[in-house]
Amino acid sequence: METRQAMNTTEPIIRIRDLVFRRGSRTILDGVDMDIARGRIVAIMGPSGVGKTTVLRLITGQLHPDEGSVEVNGQRVSSLSSRELQTFRRDVGVLLQNGALFTDLTVFENVATPVREHTDLPEPLVRRLVMSKLHSVGLGGTEELMPHQLSGGMARRVALARAVVLDPQIVLYDEPLAGLDPIAVSTISRLMRETNDALGLTSIVVTHDVLQMSRLVDYCYIIAAGRIAGEGRPDDLKRSQDPSVDQFMNGKVDGPIPFHYDPGGPEWSLLQ
Amino acid sequence: MATPVDPPAVLAPISQAGRIGLFLVRMLGSLRPQPSLLLSTLQQVYLVGARSLVIIMICGFFVGMVLALQAINALEQFGASDQVSLLVGKSLFRELGPVLTALLFAGRAGTSVAAEIGLMRATSQIDAMELMAIDPVQRIALPRFLAGAVSVPLLTAMFNALAILGAVVFSIGVMGLDAGIFWSKLQNGVYFQEDFIGGIWKSLVFGGLVSLVAVYFGFHAKPTGAGVGTATTNTVVLSSVLILVFDFIMTSFFT
Ligand SMILES: Nc1ncnc2c1ncn2[C@@H]1O[C@H](COP(=O)(O)OP(=O)(O)O)[C@@H](O)[C@H]1O
Ligand SMILES: [Mg+2]
Repeated sequence: METRQAMNTTEPIIRIRDLVFRRGSRTILDGVDMDIARGRIVAIMGPSGVGKTTVLRLITGQLHPDEGSVEVNGQRVSSLSSRELQTFRRDVGVLLQNGALFTDLTVFENVATPVREHTDLPEPLVRRLVMSKLHSVGLGGTEELMPHQLSGGMARRVALARAVVLDPQIVLYDEPLAGLDPIAVSTISRLMRETNDALGLTSIVVTHDVLQMSRLVDYCYIIAAGRIAGEGRPDDLKRSQDPSVDQFMNGKVDGPIPFHYDPGGPEWSLLQ
Repeated sequence: MATPVDPPAVLAPISQAGRIGLFLVRMLGSLRPQPSLLLSTLQQVYLVGARSLVIIMICGFFVGMVLALQAINALEQFGASDQVSLLVGKSLFRELGPVLTALLFAGRAGTSVAAEIGLMRATSQIDAMELMAIDPVQRIALPRFLAGAVSVPLLTAMFNALAILGAVVFSIGVMGLDAGIFWSKLQNGVYFQEDFIGGIWKSLVFGGLVSLVAVYFGFHAKPTGAGVGTATTNTVVLSSVLILVFDFIMTSFFT
Protein backbone atom coordinates (compact mmCIF):
# COMPACT_ATOMS: atom_id res chain seq x y z
CA MET A 1 0.00 0.00 0.00
CA GLU A 2 2.87 2.47 0.69
CA THR A 3 3.90 2.14 -2.93
CA ARG A 4 0.54 3.49 -3.99
CA GLN A 5 1.30 6.92 -2.57
CA ALA A 6 4.97 6.89 -3.29
CA MET A 7 4.69 6.34 -6.99
CA ASN A 8 5.00 8.99 -9.55
CA THR A 9 1.65 9.17 -11.30
CA THR A 10 3.05 10.13 -14.69
CA GLU A 11 5.30 7.06 -14.83
CA PRO A 12 3.78 4.15 -16.74
CA ILE A 13 2.56 1.49 -14.33
CA ILE A 14 3.84 -1.26 -16.62
CA ARG A 15 6.96 -0.84 -18.67
CA ILE A 16 8.06 -3.55 -21.10
CA ARG A 17 11.40 -3.25 -22.85
CA ASP A 18 12.98 -5.33 -25.63
CA LEU A 19 10.98 -8.35 -24.56
CA VAL A 20 12.06 -11.58 -26.22
CA PHE A 21 10.40 -14.88 -25.48
CA ARG A 22 11.12 -18.21 -27.12
CA ARG A 23 9.54 -21.62 -27.00
CA GLY A 24 12.11 -24.12 -28.21
CA SER A 25 13.33 -22.88 -31.58
CA ARG A 26 10.28 -20.63 -32.11
CA THR A 27 10.61 -17.00 -31.16
CA ILE A 28 7.14 -15.99 -30.00
CA LEU A 29 7.96 -12.42 -28.99
CA ASP A 30 10.89 -10.70 -30.61
CA GLY A 31 11.61 -7.30 -29.14
CA VAL A 32 8.36 -5.91 -27.74
CA ASP A 33 8.15 -2.50 -26.03
CA MET A 34 5.08 -1.21 -24.20
CA ASP A 35 4.33 1.60 -21.77
CA ILE A 36 1.00 1.16 -20.04
CA ALA A 37 -0.23 4.36 -18.46
CA ARG A 38 -1.96 4.38 -15.12
CA GLY A 39 -5.76 4.48 -15.15
CA ARG A 40 -6.14 3.44 -18.78
CA ILE A 41 -7.75 0.48 -20.47
CA VAL A 42 -5.21 -0.81 -22.93
CA ALA A 43 -5.80 -3.52 -25.51
CA ILE A 44 -3.24 -5.99 -26.77
CA MET A 45 -4.57 -7.24 -30.06
CA GLY A 46 -3.39 -9.59 -32.72
CA PRO A 47 -4.30 -12.78 -34.52
CA SER A 48 -4.72 -16.01 -32.55
CA GLY A 49 -1.51 -17.72 -31.56
CA VAL A 50 0.59 -14.58 -31.92
CA GLY A 51 1.53 -14.51 -28.23
CA LYS A 52 -1.01 -12.27 -26.51
CA THR A 53 -1.64 -14.63 -23.62
CA THR A 54 2.11 -15.08 -23.42
CA VAL A 55 2.49 -11.34 -22.79
CA LEU A 56 -0.01 -11.56 -19.92
CA ARG A 57 1.83 -14.51 -18.42
CA LEU A 58 5.07 -12.54 -18.63
CA ILE A 59 3.44 -9.66 -16.77
CA THR A 60 2.15 -11.94 -13.99
CA GLY A 61 5.53 -13.64 -13.65
CA GLN A 62 4.25 -17.08 -14.69
CA LEU A 63 6.76 -16.98 -17.53
CA HIS A 64 10.17 -15.37 -17.61
CA PRO A 65 11.54 -13.36 -20.52
CA ASP A 66 14.51 -14.73 -22.43
CA GLU A 67 15.70 -11.17 -22.96
CA GLY A 68 14.47 -7.75 -21.98
CA SER A 69 12.35 -6.84 -18.99
CA VAL A 70 8.84 -6.38 -17.64
CA GLU A 71 8.59 -3.80 -14.87
CA VAL A 72 5.48 -3.14 -12.82
CA ASN A 73 5.64 -0.09 -10.58
CA GLY A 74 9.35 0.03 -11.31
CA GLN A 75 9.91 -3.52 -10.06
CA ARG A 76 11.25 -6.15 -12.40
CA VAL A 77 8.74 -8.99 -12.25
CA SER A 78 11.21 -11.71 -13.24
CA SER A 79 13.54 -10.87 -10.36
CA LEU A 80 10.91 -11.00 -7.61
CA SER A 81 11.45 -13.71 -5.03
CA SER A 82 8.59 -16.15 -4.66
CA ARG A 83 7.43 -14.35 -1.51
CA GLU A 84 7.50 -10.97 -3.27
CA LEU A 85 5.66 -12.54 -6.16
CA GLN A 86 2.86 -13.57 -3.80
CA THR A 87 2.50 -9.99 -2.57
CA PHE A 88 2.70 -8.68 -6.12
CA ARG A 89 -0.07 -10.99 -7.32
CA ARG A 90 -2.51 -9.72 -4.70
CA ASP A 91 -2.27 -6.40 -6.49
CA VAL A 92 -3.01 -7.88 -9.90
CA GLY A 93 -6.47 -9.23 -10.69
CA VAL A 94 -6.69 -11.65 -13.58
CA LEU A 95 -9.71 -12.73 -15.56
CA LEU A 96 -8.61 -15.80 -17.49
CA GLN A 97 -10.00 -17.01 -20.77
CA ASN A 98 -13.47 -18.52 -19.99
CA GLY A 99 -13.43 -17.24 -16.42
CA ALA A 100 -11.83 -20.27 -14.75
CA LEU A 101 -14.30 -20.30 -11.87
CA PHE A 102 -13.72 -23.01 -9.26
CA THR A 103 -16.32 -25.57 -10.29
CA ASP A 104 -16.64 -27.12 -6.84
CA LEU A 105 -17.47 -23.84 -5.07
CA THR A 106 -20.57 -21.65 -5.10
CA VAL A 107 -20.54 -18.22 -6.70
CA PHE A 108 -20.18 -16.68 -3.25
CA GLU A 109 -17.24 -18.88 -2.27
CA ASN A 110 -15.56 -18.24 -5.61
CA VAL A 111 -15.53 -14.50 -4.99
CA ALA A 112 -14.69 -14.98 -1.32
CA THR A 113 -11.66 -17.21 -1.97
CA PRO A 114 -9.06 -14.43 -2.43
CA VAL A 115 -10.51 -12.52 0.53
CA ARG A 116 -10.32 -15.50 2.88
CA GLU A 117 -6.84 -16.33 1.67
CA HIS A 118 -5.31 -12.89 1.98
CA THR A 119 -7.18 -11.09 4.74
CA ASP A 120 -8.32 -11.89 8.27
CA LEU A 121 -11.66 -10.16 7.90
CA PRO A 122 -14.41 -11.54 10.12
CA GLU A 123 -17.15 -13.46 8.34
CA PRO A 124 -19.78 -10.65 8.31
CA LEU A 125 -17.33 -8.30 6.61
CA VAL A 126 -16.31 -10.95 4.08
CA ARG A 127 -19.99 -11.38 3.34
CA ARG A 128 -20.54 -7.67 2.87
CA LEU A 129 -17.53 -7.25 0.65
CA VAL A 130 -18.39 -10.21 -1.56
CA MET A 131 -22.05 -9.22 -1.84
CA SER A 132 -21.18 -5.66 -2.77
CA LYS A 133 -18.87 -6.90 -5.55
CA LEU A 134 -21.56 -9.28 -6.79
CA HIS A 135 -24.07 -6.43 -6.80
CA SER A 136 -21.67 -4.22 -8.71
CA VAL A 137 -21.60 -6.77 -11.55
CA GLY A 138 -25.37 -7.08 -11.35
CA LEU A 139 -25.42 -10.57 -9.85
CA GLY A 140 -26.86 -10.05 -6.38
CA GLY A 141 -28.99 -13.10 -5.59
CA THR A 142 -26.82 -15.62 -7.45
CA GLU A 143 -24.48 -16.27 -4.54
CA GLU A 144 -25.73 -19.78 -3.78
CA LEU A 145 -25.59 -20.98 -7.39
CA MET A 146 -22.88 -23.31 -8.65
CA PRO A 147 -20.79 -22.21 -11.67
CA HIS A 148 -22.41 -24.77 -13.98
CA GLN A 149 -25.78 -23.12 -13.36
CA LEU A 150 -24.57 -19.81 -14.81
CA SER A 151 -24.69 -18.65 -18.42
CA GLY A 152 -21.39 -17.80 -20.10
CA GLY A 153 -21.90 -14.08 -19.58
CA MET A 154 -22.81 -14.48 -15.91
CA ALA A 155 -19.78 -16.69 -15.29
CA ARG A 156 -17.57 -14.02 -16.83
CA ARG A 157 -19.14 -11.40 -14.53
CA VAL A 158 -18.53 -13.56 -11.46
CA ALA A 159 -14.93 -13.96 -12.56
CA LEU A 160 -14.71 -10.18 -12.90
CA ALA A 161 -16.04 -9.72 -9.38
CA ARG A 162 -13.51 -12.25 -8.13
CA ALA A 163 -10.66 -10.53 -9.98
CA VAL A 164 -11.35 -7.14 -8.38
CA VAL A 165 -12.54 -8.23 -4.94
CA LEU A 166 -9.26 -7.26 -3.26
CA ASP A 167 -9.14 -3.88 -5.05
CA PRO A 168 -6.06 -4.57 -7.14
CA GLN A 169 -4.14 -1.87 -9.01
CA ILE A 170 -4.08 -3.75 -12.27
CA VAL A 171 -6.60 -6.07 -13.89
CA LEU A 172 -5.62 -8.32 -16.77
CA TYR A 173 -8.33 -9.71 -19.04
CA ASP A 174 -7.69 -12.60 -21.41
CA GLU A 175 -10.29 -12.67 -24.19
CA PRO A 176 -13.07 -11.46 -21.87
CA LEU A 177 -15.65 -11.27 -24.65
CA ALA A 178 -14.87 -14.45 -26.59
CA GLY A 179 -17.86 -16.71 -27.12
CA LEU A 180 -20.49 -14.42 -25.58
CA ASP A 181 -23.78 -13.29 -27.06
CA PRO A 182 -24.08 -9.62 -28.13
CA ILE A 183 -25.95 -8.54 -25.00
CA ALA A 184 -23.41 -10.15 -22.70
CA VAL A 185 -20.64 -8.54 -24.75
CA SER A 186 -22.00 -5.05 -24.17
CA THR A 187 -22.70 -5.79 -20.49
CA ILE A 188 -19.18 -7.03 -19.86
CA SER A 189 -17.50 -4.21 -21.73
CA ARG A 190 -19.59 -1.64 -19.87
CA LEU A 191 -18.65 -3.31 -16.58
CA MET A 192 -14.99 -3.30 -17.51
CA ARG A 193 -15.11 0.43 -18.13
CA GLU A 194 -17.11 1.12 -14.96
CA THR A 195 -14.86 -1.02 -12.81
CA ASN A 196 -11.74 0.54 -14.24
CA ASP A 197 -12.91 4.09 -13.62
CA ALA A 198 -14.68 3.54 -10.30
CA LEU A 199 -11.80 1.70 -8.66
CA GLY A 200 -9.05 3.69 -10.35
CA LEU A 201 -7.52 0.60 -11.95
CA THR A 202 -5.32 0.05 -14.91
CA SER A 203 -6.72 -2.60 -17.24
CA ILE A 204 -5.05 -4.64 -19.94
CA VAL A 205 -7.32 -6.49 -22.30
CA VAL A 206 -6.05 -9.20 -24.58
CA THR A 207 -8.33 -9.80 -27.52
CA HIS A 208 -8.65 -10.51 -31.20
CA ASP A 209 -12.08 -8.85 -31.31
CA VAL A 210 -11.41 -5.52 -33.03
CA LEU A 211 -14.95 -4.14 -33.23
CA GLN A 212 -15.97 -4.27 -29.59
CA MET A 213 -12.59 -3.32 -28.29
CA SER A 214 -12.15 -0.23 -30.34
CA ARG A 215 -15.24 1.16 -28.58
CA LEU A 216 -13.99 0.27 -25.12
CA VAL A 217 -10.27 0.88 -24.90
CA ASP A 218 -8.14 4.00 -24.64
CA TYR A 219 -5.06 2.67 -26.35
CA CYS A 220 -4.12 -0.36 -28.46
CA TYR A 221 -1.06 -2.39 -29.21
CA ILE A 222 -1.16 -4.68 -32.21
CA ILE A 223 1.20 -7.62 -32.19
CA ALA A 224 2.13 -9.33 -35.43
CA ALA A 225 5.03 -11.67 -36.06
CA GLY A 226 6.42 -11.21 -32.56
CA ARG A 227 6.65 -7.44 -32.72
CA ILE A 228 4.46 -4.43 -32.12
CA ALA A 229 3.11 -3.73 -35.58
CA GLY A 230 1.26 -0.65 -34.47
CA GLU A 231 0.07 1.26 -31.46
CA GLY A 232 -2.21 4.19 -30.81
CA ARG A 233 -5.80 5.14 -30.18
CA PRO A 234 -8.24 2.75 -31.88
CA ASP A 235 -9.54 5.31 -34.36
CA ASP A 236 -6.05 6.30 -35.46
CA LEU A 237 -5.09 2.68 -35.92
CA LYS A 238 -8.05 2.01 -38.22
CA ARG A 239 -6.72 4.66 -40.57
CA SER A 240 -3.16 3.37 -40.32
CA GLN A 241 -1.16 2.94 -43.52
CA ASP A 242 0.93 0.13 -42.04
CA PRO A 243 0.01 -3.02 -43.99
CA SER A 244 -0.08 -5.38 -40.94
CA VAL A 245 -2.17 -2.97 -38.90
CA ASP A 246 -4.51 -2.33 -41.80
CA GLN A 247 -4.87 -6.06 -42.47
CA PHE A 248 -5.71 -6.85 -38.88
CA MET A 249 -7.90 -3.87 -38.01
CA ASN A 250 -9.93 -4.22 -41.16
CA GLY A 251 -9.98 -8.02 -41.28
CA LYS A 252 -8.35 -8.53 -44.67
CA VAL A 253 -7.15 -11.96 -45.82
CA ASP A 254 -4.26 -10.65 -47.89
CA GLY A 255 -1.39 -8.93 -46.20
CA PRO A 256 1.84 -9.55 -44.36
CA ILE A 257 0.25 -11.56 -41.51
CA PRO A 258 0.76 -15.14 -42.67
CA PHE A 259 -1.98 -17.71 -43.04
CA HIS A 260 0.48 -20.54 -42.27
CA TYR A 261 1.92 -21.59 -38.95
CA ASP A 262 5.62 -20.83 -38.61
CA PRO A 263 7.26 -23.80 -36.87
CA GLY A 264 10.55 -21.94 -36.51
CA GLY A 265 13.92 -23.29 -37.49
CA PRO A 266 15.91 -22.92 -40.68
CA GLU A 267 13.85 -25.33 -42.86
CA TRP A 268 10.89 -23.01 -42.77
CA SER A 269 12.84 -19.94 -43.83
CA LEU A 270 14.18 -21.91 -46.80
CA LEU A 271 10.66 -22.77 -47.92
CA GLN A 272 9.57 -19.17 -47.88
CA MET B 1 7.78 -24.05 -18.58
CA ALA B 2 10.76 -25.55 -20.36
CA THR B 3 11.36 -29.13 -19.30
CA PRO B 4 14.95 -30.15 -18.66
CA VAL B 5 16.70 -32.30 -21.25
CA ASP B 6 14.89 -35.63 -21.61
CA PRO B 7 16.86 -38.52 -20.10
CA PRO B 8 17.46 -41.68 -22.13
CA ALA B 9 14.40 -43.94 -22.22
CA VAL B 10 15.79 -46.54 -19.80
CA LEU B 11 16.08 -43.90 -17.13
CA ALA B 12 12.55 -42.61 -17.66
CA PRO B 13 10.97 -44.61 -14.81
CA ILE B 14 13.68 -43.42 -12.44
CA SER B 15 13.28 -39.77 -13.33
CA GLN B 16 9.51 -40.22 -13.07
CA ALA B 17 9.94 -41.67 -9.59
CA GLY B 18 12.16 -38.71 -8.73
CA ARG B 19 9.56 -36.22 -9.88
CA ILE B 20 6.83 -37.97 -7.91
CA GLY B 21 9.10 -37.95 -4.87
CA LEU B 22 9.77 -34.24 -5.27
CA PHE B 23 6.07 -33.61 -5.59
CA LEU B 24 5.55 -35.46 -2.31
CA VAL B 25 8.20 -33.32 -0.64
CA ARG B 26 6.65 -30.14 -2.01
CA MET B 27 3.21 -31.26 -0.86
CA LEU B 28 4.34 -32.14 2.65
CA GLY B 29 6.35 -28.92 2.77
CA SER B 30 3.14 -26.96 2.26
CA LEU B 31 1.51 -28.65 5.26
CA ARG B 32 0.32 -26.14 7.88
CA PRO B 33 -1.75 -27.36 10.81
CA GLN B 34 -4.81 -25.21 10.13
CA PRO B 35 -8.48 -25.89 10.76
CA SER B 36 -9.17 -25.36 7.06
CA LEU B 37 -6.86 -28.26 6.20
CA LEU B 38 -8.68 -30.54 8.62
CA LEU B 39 -11.99 -29.48 7.16
CA SER B 40 -11.02 -30.01 3.53
CA THR B 41 -9.35 -33.32 4.37
CA LEU B 42 -12.51 -34.54 6.08
CA GLN B 43 -14.53 -33.44 3.10
CA GLN B 44 -12.24 -35.46 0.83
CA VAL B 45 -12.42 -38.46 3.14
CA TYR B 46 -16.14 -38.36 2.53
CA LEU B 47 -15.78 -37.87 -1.22
CA VAL B 48 -13.14 -40.51 -1.89
CA GLY B 49 -13.53 -42.76 1.15
CA ALA B 50 -17.20 -42.95 1.99
CA ARG B 51 -18.15 -43.21 -1.65
CA SER B 52 -15.87 -46.23 -2.12
CA LEU B 53 -17.53 -47.99 0.80
CA VAL B 54 -20.23 -49.88 -1.09
CA ILE B 55 -17.92 -51.36 -3.71
CA ILE B 56 -15.40 -52.28 -1.02
CA MET B 57 -18.06 -54.04 1.04
CA ILE B 58 -19.49 -56.00 -1.87
CA CYS B 59 -16.07 -57.10 -3.04
CA GLY B 60 -15.00 -57.96 0.50
CA PHE B 61 -18.00 -60.22 0.98
CA PHE B 62 -17.38 -62.18 -2.20
CA VAL B 63 -13.65 -62.43 -1.63
CA GLY B 64 -14.41 -63.92 1.79
CA MET B 65 -16.74 -66.48 0.27
CA VAL B 66 -14.36 -67.57 -2.45
CA LEU B 67 -11.47 -67.76 0.02
CA ALA B 68 -13.51 -70.05 2.25
CA LEU B 69 -14.52 -72.14 -0.72
CA GLN B 70 -10.96 -72.66 -1.91
CA ALA B 71 -9.64 -73.21 1.59
CA ILE B 72 -12.23 -75.88 2.35
CA ASN B 73 -11.50 -77.57 -0.97
CA ALA B 74 -7.82 -77.74 -0.20
CA LEU B 75 -8.09 -78.57 3.49
CA GLU B 76 -10.65 -81.36 2.96
CA GLN B 77 -7.99 -83.50 1.33
CA PHE B 78 -6.19 -83.63 4.66
CA GLY B 79 -9.38 -83.82 6.70
CA ALA B 80 -8.55 -80.42 8.12
CA SER B 81 -11.48 -78.36 6.91
CA ASP B 82 -12.08 -77.10 10.45
CA GLN B 83 -8.93 -74.98 10.00
CA VAL B 84 -10.65 -72.88 7.35
CA SER B 85 -11.05 -69.74 9.48
CA LEU B 86 -7.34 -69.77 10.29
CA LEU B 87 -6.33 -69.87 6.65
CA VAL B 88 -8.89 -67.31 5.58
CA GLY B 89 -8.07 -64.94 8.44
CA LYS B 90 -4.30 -65.00 7.96
CA SER B 91 -4.30 -64.59 4.19
CA LEU B 92 -7.00 -61.97 4.36
CA PHE B 93 -5.62 -59.72 7.09
CA ARG B 94 -2.02 -59.92 5.97
CA GLU B 95 -2.32 -59.76 2.18
CA LEU B 96 -5.62 -59.85 0.43
CA GLY B 97 -7.44 -57.26 2.50
CA PRO B 98 -4.89 -54.46 2.19
CA VAL B 99 -3.89 -55.24 -1.40
CA LEU B 100 -7.35 -55.71 -2.86
CA THR B 101 -8.76 -52.71 -1.02
CA ALA B 102 -5.96 -50.52 -2.32
CA LEU B 103 -6.42 -51.82 -5.88
CA LEU B 104 -10.15 -51.16 -5.70
CA PHE B 105 -9.49 -47.74 -4.21
CA ALA B 106 -7.13 -46.92 -7.07
CA GLY B 107 -9.83 -47.80 -9.58
CA ARG B 108 -12.69 -46.11 -7.78
CA ALA B 109 -11.17 -43.06 -6.09
CA GLY B 110 -7.68 -42.63 -7.59
CA THR B 111 -9.12 -42.23 -11.06
CA SER B 112 -11.72 -39.71 -9.99
CA VAL B 113 -9.15 -37.63 -8.11
CA ALA B 114 -6.80 -37.64 -11.11
CA ALA B 115 -9.63 -36.72 -13.47
CA GLU B 116 -10.93 -34.00 -11.18
CA ILE B 117 -7.54 -32.33 -10.80
CA GLY B 118 -6.76 -32.83 -14.49
CA LEU B 119 -10.00 -31.07 -15.35
CA MET B 120 -9.12 -28.23 -13.00
CA ARG B 121 -5.87 -27.93 -14.91
CA ALA B 122 -7.64 -28.05 -18.29
CA THR B 123 -10.12 -25.34 -17.28
CA SER B 124 -7.33 -23.08 -15.90
CA GLN B 125 -8.61 -23.31 -12.32
CA ILE B 126 -5.11 -24.18 -11.13
CA ASP B 127 -3.71 -21.25 -13.09
CA ALA B 128 -6.32 -18.99 -11.53
CA MET B 129 -5.30 -20.12 -8.06
CA GLU B 130 -1.63 -19.43 -8.69
CA LEU B 131 -2.56 -15.99 -9.97
CA MET B 132 -4.46 -15.33 -6.74
CA ALA B 133 -1.29 -16.19 -4.86
CA ILE B 134 -2.90 -19.35 -3.50
CA ASP B 135 -0.72 -22.45 -3.55
CA PRO B 136 -2.70 -25.07 -5.49
CA VAL B 137 -0.52 -27.88 -4.15
CA GLN B 138 -1.50 -26.95 -0.62
CA ARG B 139 -5.11 -26.24 -1.45
CA ILE B 140 -5.93 -29.06 -3.88
CA ALA B 141 -3.32 -31.80 -3.71
CA LEU B 142 -2.59 -32.01 0.02
CA PRO B 143 -6.12 -32.69 1.35
CA ARG B 144 -6.72 -35.34 -1.31
CA PHE B 145 -3.43 -37.02 -0.49
CA LEU B 146 -4.10 -37.06 3.24
CA ALA B 147 -7.66 -38.25 2.66
CA GLY B 148 -6.38 -41.23 0.67
CA ALA B 149 -3.91 -42.15 3.39
CA VAL B 150 -6.67 -41.98 6.00
CA SER B 151 -9.38 -43.70 3.98
CA VAL B 152 -7.59 -46.81 2.76
CA PRO B 153 -6.83 -48.24 6.24
CA LEU B 154 -10.44 -47.62 7.26
CA LEU B 155 -11.71 -49.20 4.08
CA THR B 156 -9.36 -52.15 4.60
CA ALA B 157 -10.83 -52.77 8.04
CA MET B 158 -14.28 -52.71 6.44
CA PHE B 159 -13.18 -55.04 3.66
CA ASN B 160 -11.77 -57.48 6.21
CA ALA B 161 -14.94 -57.44 8.27
CA LEU B 162 -17.14 -58.15 5.28
CA ALA B 163 -14.79 -60.84 4.02
CA ILE B 164 -14.98 -62.64 7.37
CA LEU B 165 -18.74 -62.37 7.13
CA GLY B 166 -18.57 -63.90 3.64
CA ALA B 167 -16.41 -66.74 4.95
CA VAL B 168 -18.88 -67.33 7.79
CA VAL B 169 -21.82 -67.42 5.42
CA PHE B 170 -20.10 -69.90 3.14
CA SER B 171 -18.42 -72.24 5.59
CA ILE B 172 -21.09 -72.29 8.29
CA GLY B 173 -24.21 -71.48 6.30
CA VAL B 174 -23.47 -73.40 3.09
CA MET B 175 -20.94 -76.07 4.03
CA GLY B 176 -22.37 -76.64 7.50
CA LEU B 177 -19.12 -76.33 9.46
CA ASP B 178 -19.37 -75.86 13.19
CA ALA B 179 -19.64 -72.22 14.17
CA GLY B 180 -17.86 -72.65 17.51
CA ILE B 181 -14.82 -74.23 15.90
CA PHE B 182 -14.75 -71.54 13.20
CA TRP B 183 -14.66 -68.70 15.69
CA SER B 184 -12.30 -70.27 18.20
CA LYS B 185 -9.73 -71.14 15.52
CA LEU B 186 -9.95 -67.59 14.27
CA GLN B 187 -9.52 -66.15 17.75
CA ASN B 188 -6.66 -68.37 18.76
CA GLY B 189 -4.71 -68.60 15.53
CA VAL B 190 -5.01 -65.13 14.03
CA TYR B 191 -3.30 -62.37 15.97
CA PHE B 192 -4.65 -58.88 16.28
CA GLN B 193 -1.29 -57.10 16.43
CA GLU B 194 0.71 -59.17 14.02
CA ASP B 195 -1.88 -60.04 11.43
CA PHE B 196 -4.60 -57.43 11.55
CA ILE B 197 -2.69 -54.29 12.56
CA GLY B 198 0.29 -55.33 10.41
CA GLY B 199 -2.05 -55.33 7.42
CA ILE B 200 -3.52 -51.97 8.38
CA TRP B 201 -0.03 -50.43 8.42
CA LYS B 202 0.50 -51.74 4.92
CA SER B 203 -2.76 -50.24 3.81
CA LEU B 204 -1.73 -46.86 5.15
CA VAL B 205 1.28 -46.96 2.83
CA PHE B 206 -0.87 -48.16 -0.07
CA GLY B 207 -3.38 -45.37 0.50
CA GLY B 208 -0.60 -42.79 0.49
CA LEU B 209 0.86 -44.29 -2.69
CA VAL B 210 -2.41 -44.37 -4.60
CA SER B 211 -3.40 -40.84 -3.70
CA LEU B 212 0.11 -39.51 -4.31
CA VAL B 213 0.11 -41.02 -7.79
CA ALA B 214 -3.41 -39.71 -8.45
CA VAL B 215 -2.72 -36.11 -7.43
CA TYR B 216 0.61 -36.17 -9.25
CA PHE B 217 -0.85 -37.30 -12.56
CA GLY B 218 -3.85 -35.02 -12.18
CA PHE B 219 -1.61 -32.04 -11.54
CA HIS B 220 0.63 -32.78 -14.48
CA ALA B 221 -2.12 -33.69 -16.93
CA LYS B 222 -1.96 -32.03 -20.33
CA PRO B 223 -4.74 -29.44 -20.40
CA THR B 224 -6.88 -31.35 -22.91
CA GLY B 225 -9.52 -34.07 -22.83
CA ALA B 226 -7.00 -36.65 -23.94
CA GLY B 227 -4.58 -35.41 -21.29
CA VAL B 228 -7.14 -36.01 -18.55
CA GLY B 229 -7.81 -39.51 -19.94
CA THR B 230 -4.12 -40.33 -19.92
CA ALA B 231 -3.80 -39.09 -16.36
CA THR B 232 -6.51 -41.45 -15.09
CA THR B 233 -5.09 -44.42 -16.99
CA ASN B 234 -1.59 -43.73 -15.72
CA THR B 235 -2.93 -43.45 -12.19
CA VAL B 236 -4.47 -46.93 -12.25
CA VAL B 237 -1.51 -48.56 -13.96
CA LEU B 238 1.23 -47.04 -11.85
CA SER B 239 -0.55 -47.28 -8.52
CA SER B 240 -1.43 -50.95 -9.13
CA VAL B 241 2.18 -51.76 -9.90
CA LEU B 242 3.41 -49.79 -6.91
CA ILE B 243 0.95 -51.48 -4.56
CA LEU B 244 2.23 -54.93 -5.51
CA VAL B 245 5.89 -53.92 -5.47
CA PHE B 246 5.62 -52.22 -2.08
CA ASP B 247 3.61 -55.14 -0.77
CA PHE B 248 6.49 -57.47 -1.51
CA ILE B 249 9.08 -55.08 -0.11
CA MET B 250 7.20 -54.48 3.12
CA THR B 251 6.30 -58.12 3.60
CA SER B 252 9.86 -59.31 3.11
CA PHE B 253 11.24 -56.70 5.48
CA PHE B 254 8.76 -56.98 8.30
CA THR B 255 8.20 -60.72 8.60
N1 LIG C 1 2.60 -24.37 -23.12
C1 LIG C 1 3.00 -24.15 -24.39
N2 LIG C 1 3.94 -24.95 -24.95
C2 LIG C 1 4.37 -24.73 -26.22
N3 LIG C 1 3.91 -23.76 -27.00
C3 LIG C 1 2.97 -22.94 -26.51
C4 LIG C 1 2.48 -23.09 -25.17
N4 LIG C 1 1.56 -22.12 -24.95
C5 LIG C 1 1.50 -21.40 -26.08
N5 LIG C 1 2.35 -21.88 -27.01
C6 LIG C 1 2.57 -21.32 -28.35
O1 LIG C 1 2.90 -19.97 -28.20
C7 LIG C 1 2.23 -19.19 -29.19
C8 LIG C 1 1.53 -18.03 -28.54
O2 LIG C 1 0.52 -18.53 -27.70
P1 LIG C 1 -0.52 -17.57 -26.98
O3 LIG C 1 0.23 -16.52 -26.26
O4 LIG C 1 -1.42 -18.45 -26.19
O5 LIG C 1 -1.30 -16.95 -28.21
P2 LIG C 1 -2.59 -16.04 -28.20
O6 LIG C 1 -3.03 -15.83 -26.81
O7 LIG C 1 -2.16 -14.79 -28.90
O8 LIG C 1 -3.62 -16.75 -29.04
C9 LIG C 1 1.28 -20.11 -29.91
O9 LIG C 1 1.74 -20.30 -31.21
C10 LIG C 1 1.30 -21.39 -29.15
O10 LIG C 1 1.36 -22.46 -30.07
MG1 LIG D 1 -4.74 -16.50 -25.82
